Amino acid sequence: MAFREYTIGARMFGIAFGTSMFITLYMPASDMRNVSVTETGLHRQLGFGRVGGFSYEDPFLQGKAKPLTVGITKDPKTGAGIEVTRAYVYHAGVPFPNGIRHPIILGDKPTAKSLTLGKIEQADDTKGAVFVVREIDEGGETIPYIENVTATRGWTPDAVMKVASNENTFQIGKGKIMFIREGCWWCHTLLPEQTQDWQYFGAPPMLGDFNGESPTAFGSDRKAPDLTHVGSRNSSREWMIMHFFNPRLVQPHSIMPRYDYLWGEKDANGNAINFDQWRTEYNQYVANARVYPPEVPVPATDSEAHALIDFVLNLK
Amino acid sequence: MIKYLFAKNEDIPPGSAAIFFGFSSILWFIVGTGLGSFNAAKLAFPDFVTGIEMLSFGHMRQVHVLAVILGWISMAFAMAMMYITPALGNTRLWSEKLGIWNCFIWNLGLGLGLTLLWFGMSSGREYSDMIWPIDLAIIFGILTPLCLNVVMTIKTRRTQGIYTTNWFFGAATFMVIVVFTVGNSPEFFQLTGLTEAYLTWWFAHNVLGLWITPVAAAISYYIVPKVTGNPLYSHRIGHLHFWSVVVFYSTPAAHHLMSAPLPEWLKSFASVEGVLILVPAIAFVSNLLLTMSGKWKMFVENVEIKFTITGVLMAIPLNMQGGFQQTRAINWYIHGTGWIVAHAHLALLGFSTFLEAAAVYYGLQTLLRRKLYSLALANFHFWMLLVGFTTYWISMTIAGLIQGAGKIYEVPYIDVVIAEHPYMIARWVGGTMVFLGNCVWLFNMWKTMRQGTLIPAGRLPHELAYER
Repeated sequence: MAFREYTIGARMFGIAFGTSMFITLYMPASDMRNVSVTETGLHRQLGFGRVGGFSYEDPFLQGKAKPLTVGITKDPKTGAGIEVTRAYVYHAGVPFPNGIRHPIILGDKPTAKSLTLGKIEQADDTKGAVFVVREIDEGGETIPYIENVTATRGWTPDAVMKVASNENTFQIGKGKIMFIREGCWWCHTLLPEQTQDWQYFGAPPMLGDFNGESPTAFGSDRKAPDLTHVGSRNSSREWMIMHFFNPRLVQPHSIMPRYDYLWGEKDANGNAINFDQWRTEYNQYVANARVYPPEVPVPATDSEAHALIDFVLNLK
Repeated sequence: MIKYLFAKNEDIPPGSAAIFFGFSSILWFIVGTGLGSFNAAKLAFPDFVTGIEMLSFGHMRQVHVLAVILGWISMAFAMAMMYITPALGNTRLWSEKLGIWNCFIWNLGLGLGLTLLWFGMSSGREYSDMIWPIDLAIIFGILTPLCLNVVMTIKTRRTQGIYTTNWFFGAATFMVIVVFTVGNSPEFFQLTGLTEAYLTWWFAHNVLGLWITPVAAAISYYIVPKVTGNPLYSHRIGHLHFWSVVVFYSTPAAHHLMSAPLPEWLKSFASVEGVLILVPAIAFVSNLLLTMSGKWKMFVENVEIKFTITGVLMAIPLNMQGGFQQTRAINWYIHGTGWIVAHAHLALLGFSTFLEAAAVYYGLQTLLRRKLYSLALANFHFWMLLVGFTTYWISMTIAGLIQGAGKIYEVPYIDVVIAEHPYMIARWVGGTMVFLGNCVWLFNMWKTMRQGTLIPAGRLPHELAYER
């Protein structure tokens, strides 16, 4: 038997469902695409790289093909001193974030400035490029934009890495991958609530803080402090190292899992980490058989723990 | 199952696909609740199983959620559709072979997808965590064949009209394809920023609103009249339910992001539409409860009705919470707390699971032509589910209120963690009860298949007396 007698019903269904999709998809999407990016939004996407989840370059979420964030005080080309500048280094083959690939998502004015002053369309991900965030005052308005300093000043990725010290090189993009893969966001939100929360965890984000970022990983089920501005509250790398290795070392009542497995096999000095021994000694400490807990190994620069701590410390 | 994959359609006994789906769904329910119990243990005792990446909370939480939604709930739905849709059309399933393949690919794809997710291959988006190749496999390998089979069965029916249940089945199988396609588009097309955040929650909201809620309700529209023998109280209230689901339940997605910097008009619109969810909810609950009139003793005596009506009654607190907790007046207090976790379990483990369990209990007896092996074990299952869930719900609601208070009074977060500890233990106990109840359920259904009393031709399972 055919649907004949249900023709009217089927059409009504089409109209009802179609209207709903129009209101909940088309209208918000066309509204949100007019959002103009903020300076924070530019820093976020340049630091994180293209995608923070599964991608061709990094199918197993190991943090491959991600940009480096460096703070430099010397002009890599001339060697002259400059004020502290945060540069985002994309080595050859590292995919650019969406703001570079599709500048239209940055909003009208930042797009125009990034193209004219920033020359971002000259960036080529097969050769690599370096980006910085700039601001320009125009008509009483501050417009943030991206500058492709490889094109405007000849700062190549290699030259920038030469003037950057180890302490000022951060693997924020790789760290965000760890944040996603290890499920940090199942408990730590990246979005303060609309309450007095703002006084405790800092200012809420602005409309344009997320253009170009994916996934945003706001989190929904908060079982732990909000991390939107955690780097401003606590900037101690030593504290973070102890906390990630075993949270109960610094906060006896914490229910956070131990992330000691992100240390890999060797510590920063190249010595093998003996996890079994560490746990045995820690258990003795818990049982009051030792006065002090065992020393926490410092993670190697290429370890996953190091990158994750870079990410967390840079949530300012 | 394997031998039917390559058999001719005519040679496959009718109902085979539904039977395979039924047992698969119970197995996934055990897997999903087992993972849930394990995860809850970690929240209560953080040093329980530690140092192994694959067994850390962050790797397992999403596997629990998706095993329950796509394994248990959705497969129980497929099971219900594959025997209820033909029964209501006085016909056979359009293609039993497609159903068998559907079940086979579903188990395979879900197993693969969850394994990858477990290893950390995630899109980083809640509820749509699966990576996009798996999303495509779900859309084209799982949902589309299901939709095709259901719609074609309705089309080839041998009855005059289409019964309420089948409106919901046909529409929901179509809408869930749209929801999966649009909801995962940020991954397909690399959408970013607030659009990505909004679409993540658009998906999460609509997979509940246009798939789980209407299909679960549709099951009760079948079970209650069928088992009690009463006709549905009102066809027209059924219409009201159906149309208000399509119009109201599909629109409030933004109320999940009330604290995010989305356009204000969108949040206000979503909030108002969110309250209107009470329209389909009240239509549904009143219609089903009025259908029970004169047969309320079956609520105690009959297992299928006991499960169904418990699920229907849970829709009352569920929608009262759901309608109002998303308004700005309340949302600011409870958003992001355990209250929401309790609410999500009220929807999936309370309301919907009880309805699906009824469908699987009734369906497997009907299709296997075997009376339920043991009433005592079924009652044990019911009470383990109900008490376990209630323990979970109450403890998480209290924990949520503590978190809410901590949030507005600026209590140091660690004090909230300390205050929540007893409720985390209670949640683990409740979840473990559900898991154990399900193991007993699988045993009971297996025994039913092997040793249940044969049901004579022309009789329905609930007409026979229980023997154990």
